Amino acid sequence: MATSTKSRIVPITKRGLNFEMLMWIFTRLSALAMYALILFAIIGALVMGARTQMNLADVLRWGFMPNVTHVRSTNVPDLAIWSSPLWKVVASLLVLVATAHGVHGLVVICDDYIVKPLGRQIVRYISIVFMISMILIGIYVIWTS
Amino acid sequence: MGLKRNVSLATALRYKGQGPMLTYVLHRIGGLGMAIFITIHILSSFAGGKVGVFTNSIYENWMFQIFIFFFVLFHAINGLRITLLDLFPTLIENQREAIWIEWAVFIPIYGMALFVIIRTGLGG
Repeated sequence: MATSTKSRIVPITKRGLNFEMLMWIFTRLSALAMYALILFAIIGALVMGARTQMNLADVLRWGFMPNVTHVRSTNVPDLAIWSSPLWKVVASLLVLVATAHGVHGLVVICDDYIVKPLGRQIVRYISIVFMISMILIGIYVIWTS
Repeated sequence: MGLKRNVSLATALRYKGQGPMLTYVLHRIGGLGMAIFITIHILSSFAGGKVGVFTNSIYENWMFQIFIFFFVLFHAINGLRITLLDLFPTLIENQREAIWIEWAVFIPIYGMALFVIIRTGLGG
């Protein structure tokens, strides 16, 4: 049987709008938000002189998490501008968005293997505790490094 | 249901999911890998001390960077494709072409990062 790949668009009123649906949307939108934050960090790095002070891999590492510890091993002459509150805020936002995105991803993977409602409920409780603690620890590391 | 599957491993490996299946598998492995390694990385930065420094030295090793860069970049670029195709569902009809574009974007970026990581790792 040839399956049609033709897409169909259901009007918004006929779509199921529940928590899982919102998390599905959140996963997509948080991906875009991370792209925005990473591009902001990379452009910021270039403005601060990254082109002559570090290599591509270092710039990408800074982009994925603009924390000053990620540029310590490079030739950057002054770390002060790399550890300004602006970058700590950007890094904290990335931690917030990325942790929520990642923990929801783990829940989705778990749901593929755990089918009993109780098991899924337990996975969700664990994920909430895990998410909140990782966000707090991550933000603590950023602001004290 | 659950883990009880009616296909053997050999059948599963012969499954002709092709391009889309490969991206799905790599996206999942990469996502899971990032969740594990970034958790360890944050915790070891938090813990500090001998254990923390040792764990982070593995993380900073260039051989480890080759793996983590592959998965992070692939997850990011594949994620952008998924996001675009999901937010504009009519594009789904061109998903195979989208996957080819995705590889055309991924290979040069990862190739450059790989070149730099290996050259730095070998002390160049």
